[in-house]
Amino acid sequence: MIEVKDLTKRYGATTAVKDLTFTVRPGSVTGFLGPNGAGKSTTLRMILGLNEPTAGSVTVGGRSFRDRPRGLRHVGALLDAGDVHGGRSAAAHLAVLARSNRIPRRRVDEVLAEVGLAGAAGRRRIGGFSLGMRQRLGIAAALLGDPPVLLFDEPLNGLDPEGVLWVRGLFRRLAAEGRTVFVSSHLMSEMENTADELIVIGRGELIAAESLTRFAARGTGANVTVRTPRAADLADVLTTEGAVVHRDGPLLTVTGLDAARVGDLACRHALPLHELAPRSASLEEAFMELTADSVDYLAGEAR
Amino acid sequence: MNSGTASGATSASGTASASGTAVGSAPGAAVTTGEPAARFRDLLAAEWLKLWSLRSTPWAYLVTALAVIGFNVGQAYDTYRYWTDENAGDADAFIRDGIPLAEAFTSNAVVIHLLAAGAIGAATVAGEYGTGLIRTTFAAVPDRRAVMAAKAAVLAGVTTVFGTLVAFVSFFSTQAILSGRDIGVSLGHPGALRVVLASALLTPVAALTGMALGTLLRHMGSTLVATVAALLVLPMVVSPDRYWSVLIAHSLPYPAWRRLTEPGANFGPYPWSEGGAWTVYAVWALAAAAVTVVSVNRRDQ
Repeated sequence: MIEVKDLTKRYGATTAVKDLTFTVRPGSVTGFLGPNGAGKSTTLRMILGLNEPTAGSVTVGGRSFRDRPRGLRHVGALLDAGDVHGGRSAAAHLAVLARSNRIPRRRVDEVLAEVGLAGAAGRRRIGGFSLGMRQRLGIAAALLGDPPVLLFDEPLNGLDPEGVLWVRGLFRRLAAEGRTVFVSSHLMSEMENTADELIVIGRGELIAAESLTRFAARGTGANVTVRTPRAADLADVLTTEGAVVHRDGPLLTVTGLDAARVGDLACRHALPLHELAPRSASLEEAFMELTADSVDYLAGEAR
Repeated sequence: MNSGTASGATSASGTASASGTAVGSAPGAAVTTGEPAARFRDLLAAEWLKLWSLRSTPWAYLVTALAVIGFNVGQAYDTYRYWTDENAGDADAFIRDGIPLAEAFTSNAVVIHLLAAGAIGAATVAGEYGTGLIRTTFAAVPDRRAVMAAKAAVLAGVTTVFGTLVAFVSFFSTQAILSGRDIGVSLGHPGALRVVLASALLTPVAALTGMALGTLLRHMGSTLVATVAALLVLPMVVSPDRYWSVLIAHSLPYPAWRRLTEPGANFGPYPWSEGGAWTVYAVWALAAAAVTVVSVNRRDQ
C-alpha cells in the first residue's frame, strides 16, 4: 500500500508535482500514466525517499520509506535501468545489493533465472548489455528482497515483444500474490493489457485515479458496433434511448450506450443481432483527451 | 581509519534501534516480510564487494604502487649509480643530513601518491553518482548516512593498508640499494619509522579528502579538479614568509607530510611542531569522513 497525500515538489520556480493525493492498493497492478515531464519520476523518487517533498507526505506500508534502515524487503524498485555501474557483472551488481540487505546469496541466482539472465549472461559486464537486458536486471534487483511493494518506472522501454509479454505476466502474478505493483508509463497502450487501476497525472497534478474500465468509459470515442438485418428499426430504438447512432447499411455505430444496454434493448424489441462489439480501443483517446491540456512538450508547437 | 569506524558504530547502533520498531510494520500488506536486524557490517561487506567487483580497482592500486615505488627506487639507484669515491668520505654527513630518509619516499613520489589516492577516493563516490548507481544504492539502503560511513570506513581501511605497504616496500628497497654504498639506514634509525608512517597515513587522508569532495560535487571532473587544488595547488601557492599564508600552509596535508619527513628542513620564520603535523592528518581525515557522511542526508539524490 502506497499512500500519497498532498504531495508537492518545487525546484526553484518550477513546480514538478502539485498537491498530489492518491492511494495504490495491494493485489492489483496500478498504472501511473502521464505525458513526458508530468512528474511521474519525481513522484516515484519521493515515494522512495530519494527526493524530499516540498510539502505533503508519502508512506509505504504506513511508514515513510526513509525511516527503514534497509529497503529491499519493503519496496523493490526499478527507477532507471541505467542506474548501474557498467563495469560490474549482473551477478556482482545484485550480490552487492543482496549483501547490504542481508539477503542470502542464492537469491541472486534465483532472480537472475527468473528474469532470464541466468548462466553466462549474469556473469557478463553490464556495460555490454542492451537496454532490454538492463531492464531485466533492474527487475531482478526489484525482486531481490521479495518485497510486498514494487515500483517500476517505464519498465517496458527497450524490451522485445516476448519481453513485454513476460513482464505483463510477471506483473499480473506479483499482483495476484497480493503485492502492490505500481508501474509508470507515458503510453496508454502499454497499460491497456497490464493495469487494473490507473493513476493519471499531467503537469504534476492528478487527473484521474480509478479503474481502467471506468477510465476507458470517460473517452467520448467509446462506442459499440452492432450488426443487424433490421438496422433502421434498431437505430430508432437506440436514438429514442438517447444514443447517437451512425448507420452504414446493416452496421450501426452507437455512442452513449454500453454494449449490455444495446443488447437488452434489441432483445426487448425482438430485433435480431448478428454482431455486438464494444470498442474499448478508446483508452488511448481517453488518455489523450484528458491530458491534452497538460502536455508540456507538444510536437510542432511554437515556442 | 578512526573516523570511519567511529561514525560507523554510531550509525550501526542507530539503525539497530530503528529496526526494532520495524517489527510488525506494513499494515495492509498482504505479503509479510521476515526481516533480520540491520547490521552495519553488512554494509561494510557490500562496499567491500562493490570495490573489488570492478576490474579497475586492482589496476588503480597496482599502477599507483608501481609508479610510486618506481620513482623512489629510481632516485635511490641514481644515487647509487653516481656515487664516487670522493663522496665516500662524506657518507656520515650524507646520513646525518637525512638524505637516505628523503630517498625512502621522495617528494616526486609523494605527489603521484597524493594525486592517485585522492583520485581513488573521488572515484568511489563520484563514479557512483556519475552512473546513477547511487539511487539504486540508496533505494536499497534508505539509511544513507550508514551507507556513506561504510564507504568511508572501507576506503580508509584499504588505503591505509595500501599506503603502509607502498611506504614499507619503498623504504626497504631504497635502503637496500643505498646499502650497496654503505649509506642505507635501518628502520631503527632516528626518524625512519616516522617517514614511513607519515607517507603511509597520507594515503587515507588524501583518499578521504577526494571522497568528501566527490560527495559534495557529485561530478567526476569537478571533483578531480577540486581534489588536485586542495591537495597540491593550495600548498604551492602559500608563502612560508607571511603569517596568514603560513597559517593556511600549516593546516594542509602535503606541508604536514613535509614537516614529518624533513625534520631538518628550514621552515622559515614560522616553525611548527611534529604533533601539529599529525593533528593536521587527523583533522583532515575526520572532517572528510564527517562531510561524506553528513552531506548526503538532506540533499535530493
